[in-house]
Amino acid sequence: MRIALVFPELLGTYGDGGNAVVLARRLERRGLPAEVLEVRPGDAFPAADLYLLGGGEDGPQRLAADLLIASTLAARVADGAGVFAVCAGLQLLGTSFAVEGDSTYAGLALVPATTVRGMARSVGDAVVRVDGRLVVGFENHGGVTHLAPGLDAFGEVVVGHGNDARSDGFRAERIWATYLHGPVLAQNPWLADALLASVLGHELEPLASVADDLYAARCAQLMGTGA
Amino acid sequence: MNRSGWRVALATTAVRGVNWVSRRSGRGAGTVAGGNAGLGIDSHLLAHLARGRTVALVTGTNGKTTTTAMMVRGWGREVATNTTGANMPAGHVAALAASRSPVAALECDERWLPDVIAETVPAVVVVLNLSRDQLDRAAEVRQLAQRWRDALKGGDFVVVANARDPLVVYAASASPRVHWCAAPTSWTLDARSCPVCTRTLDLGADAWSCTCGFAEPPSRSILVEGRARVAGQLVSLDLAIPGPVNRGNALLALAALHELGVDPALAARRLATLREVEGRYASAVVAGQAVRLLLAKNPAGFAAQLADQAERGGPLWIAINDGLADGRDPSWLYDVDFEQLRGRPVWCWGTRRLDLAARLWYAGIEATVVEDVAPHHDGTVDLIANYTAFQELRREAGSR
Ligand SMILES: [Zn+2]
Repeated sequence: MRIALVFPELLGTYGDGGNAVVLARRLERRGLPAEVLEVRPGDAFPAADLYLLGGGEDGPQRLAADLLIASTLAARVADGAGVFAVCAGLQLLGTSFAVEGDSTYAGLALVPATTVRGMARSVGDAVVRVDGRLVVGFENHGGVTHLAPGLDAFGEVVVGHGNDARSDGFRAERIWATYLHGPVLAQNPWLADALLASVLGHELEPLASVADDLYAARCAQLMGTGA
Repeated sequence: MNRSGWRVALATTAVRGVNWVSRRSGRGAGTVAGGNAGLGIDSHLLAHLARGRTVALVTGTNGKTTTTAMMVRGWGREVATNTTGANMPAGHVAALAASRSPVAALECDERWLPDVIAETVPAVVVVLNLSRDQLDRAAEVRQLAQRWRDALKGGDFVVVANARDPLVVYAASASPRVHWCAAPTSWTLDARSCPVCTRTLDLGADAWSCTCGFAEPPSRSILVEGRARVAGQLVSLDLAIPGPVNRGNALLALAALHELGVDPALAARRLATLREVEGRYASAVVAGQAVRLLLAKNPAGFAAQLADQAERGGPLWIAINDGLADGRDPSWLYDVDFEQLRGRPVWCWGTRRLDLAARLWYAGIEATVVEDVAPHHDGTVDLIANYTAFQELRREAGSR
């Protein structure tokens, strides 16, 4: 599997490069080939099975959006590639987003979602329920994201804010987006495997590690029980 | 004495009194409690206490405490200074109330720099570096660089700044008087895109630059092999504390002292005698094990410590907490290149030991989570800890 980490200098504020490491190592430990490509501004946009977009500050986020609009990312997704996006990466997949001030900027419009600035920054531990399972992480953003009717959320907010204190992120064909970093795939090994299985088109063997202990401990801590 | 004079005297007495009680009762070092009591009586107490003194401020994400200690040692006289890491105005007030020295070296929290410049009217401001640190509570780095720039551009002081760090150059280059120093950095992730135009910087081997014209300024003070050239004067630099990053900190301390009229050769000989700084690099016993205590609070700090670990072997202990002073979010562990520790067994301590162990598992490192029983190793083990973990371990080591 070819995994492209998109513009890590612009979209990598919260350890987001960790998501690429996690996916590649989980494939390799099962004997499956994995290759991580770092895409830099000015590079030809490489072919990949999965593109990862991370979080970023306002200025770099705007630059990343402009570069991605001019890139072949949308065409690659139309051809079957997947996208997993976090935070600023989530915002720029929608039709528009607002950052500093009240200015609004165009996004890639891969999904019908818009992000406006919220009243306050949402900072803290966050938990989202996705297909009946918990996803744990940390959020730090000032956006409120509205999903157009028909666009599914990534999950339902249990702790934290997500899009609007009710839902978090969105889920479209071959596109996953969440406000949770952490990096979220490191904290939630089951989600990493679900993403890999979806891209590969088949299930994966179980892979036990200390990451499972971390996930269990975080769930127990954030849900206040031994969940 | 006029009205405001009485107020200052009362406030200063309150600082000393509260801190004396606090130290006597064993509740703490007392610096912040006393400082806050004084500031409650006179909100401009810091300005009053700084008046008539020659003040040097030291700021940056990493190395503030060490560089401040180097300046104090290199100055070679009594210096008013905040030694316990209390680097906000309450700590500055306590430091100045505790000493009548006409010179002061104050470590300053990054976010407080504009206010502390306004209050203390410094002679020199040392700007070390700027990188990501506890982003869940601090301003993002580019916003902070902008606030520094606004605070540094107008003052009647010399800025001693690291020219190798593009965000520092952005912050300092609007100032009319800058003494640029070339201090090596092992961390570039926050400086890959241009602070002026956000294009990707060309991080050349000798100097960085951007197509927009923003580029590394030529340095007046540099490191040469085992020595430092400070404003044209070549001095030997034999530090007792380890690591290439500390050689850079020493370079900035010497340049700042030069601006304050201290001879660099003399200052270099003095600061070579510095062996530990607030417990950093100190030998201690933790859980029955002989350790050397090392502090790393963020990715840049870890990059510096891991660079120093490259020549070492054997087991390594790492402790990661998520206290308020650490930042509640340890996602920065994935910005640290732990992969370079492959082949070294690592023991994971601290409230976020599972996060660390998972990070190390993904890095291909044999990691053991310490739960109840501490391991024992022959000889001395290096123990790298983040902020509150370091303070806890230091207290534990000091209590036996
Ligand atoms: Zn530029």
